[in-house]
Amino acid sequence: MIRLEHVTKTFKTKDGNVHAVKDVSIHVKKGMIYGIIGFSGAGKSTLVRCINLLERPDDGKVIFDGKDLMECTPKELREERQKMSMVFQHFNLMKSRTVFENIAMPLRMIKADKAVIDKKVMELLELIDLVEKKDAYPSQLSGGQKQRVAIARALATDPKVLLCDEATSALDPQTTQSILKLIKKINQEQGITVIVITHEMLVVKEICDRVAVMEAGRVVEKGDIVPVFVNPMQEITRNFINTTNNTEKIYELIEANHPLTQLSDKQQMVRLTYAGEATSEAMISKVSRECNVDCSIIYGNVEVIKDSPLGVLVTTFTGESADIKAALELLKKEGVSVEVIRRGRID
Amino acid sequence: MGVLTDWIPNVIKYASQFPQAIADTLSMLLISGAVSFVFGILLAVVVVVTKPNGILANKPVFWVLDKIINLFRAIPFIILIPMLLFLSRFIFHTTIGVEGALVPLIVGTIPFMARQMESAMEEIPKEVIEASISMGMSPWQIISQVYLRENIPGMIRGVTITLIALVGQIAIVGSIGAGGLGDLAIRYGHQRNMTDITYVVVFLILILISLIQAAGDWLVRKTTH
Repeated sequence: MIRLEHVTKTFKTKDGNVHAVKDVSIHVKKGMIYGIIGFSGAGKSTLVRCINLLERPDDGKVIFDGKDLMECTPKELREERQKMSMVFQHFNLMKSRTVFENIAMPLRMIKADKAVIDKKVMELLELIDLVEKKDAYPSQLSGGQKQRVAIARALATDPKVLLCDEATSALDPQTTQSILKLIKKINQEQGITVIVITHEMLVVKEICDRVAVMEAGRVVEKGDIVPVFVNPMQEITRNFINTTNNTEKIYELIEANHPLTQLSDKQQMVRLTYAGEATSEAMISKVSRECNVDCSIIYGNVEVIKDSPLGVLVTTFTGESADIKAALELLKKEGVSVEVIRRGRID
Repeated sequence: MGVLTDWIPNVIKYASQFPQAIADTLSMLLISGAVSFVFGILLAVVVVVTKPNGILANKPVFWVLDKIINLFRAIPFIILIPMLLFLSRFIFHTTIGVEGALVPLIVGTIPFMARQMESAMEEIPKEVIEASISMGMSPWQIISQVYLRENIPGMIRGVTITLIALVGQIAIVGSIGAGGLGDLAIRYGHQRNMTDITYVVVFLILILISLIQAAGDWLVRKTTH
């Protein structure tokens, strides 16, 4: 549906050139929810704005539904943009227009029939559950309601793609959830491809099929969501994942030399990450039985990502070092990723 | 009546001059206000869209218009009047009366109006313009549906300020024989030392300005959502 090839964008500023996007290639397939995550300044917003050419890349190709947008005439580009709507962090509604008029606006711009507009807008108002607010002005709405209206407006022209630029970043956690649900619903029911730009891993975890992690203008890691969560390759990806659970807490405890983290000679502290079929308890007891080691769980967290469980356990293994080694090997064979966090003094 | 004759003898004496003076002031205000509004808004739209990063960015056009506006705003109005005598002669075949005053009033007010309209349009968040672009709106649609629609209260405030400034300039053109209230104040109040006429003229101008301001405020309230 969307293919970015070697997209590069540099901004000239007084303090020199800022390479906002460097040689980024991504491919977003039809019907997918694709997440692009990065800290602020990573270039993700510039990247998404390159997709509808709000920013024209200096180099590279932007191919939308088989069409190279960089080659389009202004008129063709406007037509393509109607098939590719955008939702913004600050909603960007027209404050002089009512909710109804805001949603109707893209349709009026393409000179749709009044009857068609009325019908479509009412449908969308039902979708976003704001029928009773149709004559309200944006200033009378809450943030979440404004974003719903912005989403409805984006859907008015039946686009193929929805670009969400930090669409939930200005909202509270509860409202974020409801907007994410709405986006997911739109994706599932209408088959609209969605690209989500965010700095919140929570958003990626909730709704994305694939994710690209950006740092300093480059995509440093990309892949299907479950493998990326289970086995992140980059430090930054790990940092993002850790923002959605508190398994990082253990490192703070270690630093503070908390009693829980003090190990004896024959102990090792290990972090186990597993996904899919592997279930923790059976494995732990199996390992414990077969390798003659004791396992105690210090911390555990299980979450469901794309309907598949992802667990993180921080455990202390007690036993002979050879036995512990064998135990860890066995766990690896079962598909668990293993990271030794701390060893007892002797080891 | 006796009290009035004591307090404002000259006003009573020359009362017959007032209706014409008021009518002249109002007609100068309305005509030059309306013409400046049309051209001011046109100019503002062109400046806003041709600005660097504007929707139709065009450096030469922007640069030239921007400098012209600054130039005309830099010329003191009292100097602009004689500078434009030739143009008045050319268009209206006269340099006095209401017609003779229109050219300097309009030329002096357009740049002011343009800056007011420009800043009203600039108050529309850049992101809203971006949202419009991302919807696939054409530049013309963005001008008519966003720039000229999204900050009407700001535009009304700008028009109010411009009209009030214009009232002051209409009083100045009185000095070159344009007629109107300013003319009365200068010819009678100042030159013949009939200060009561000056006071009454000031009072009438005060009423006019208050009315403009009140109407502007009311319209702003009506159009703010």
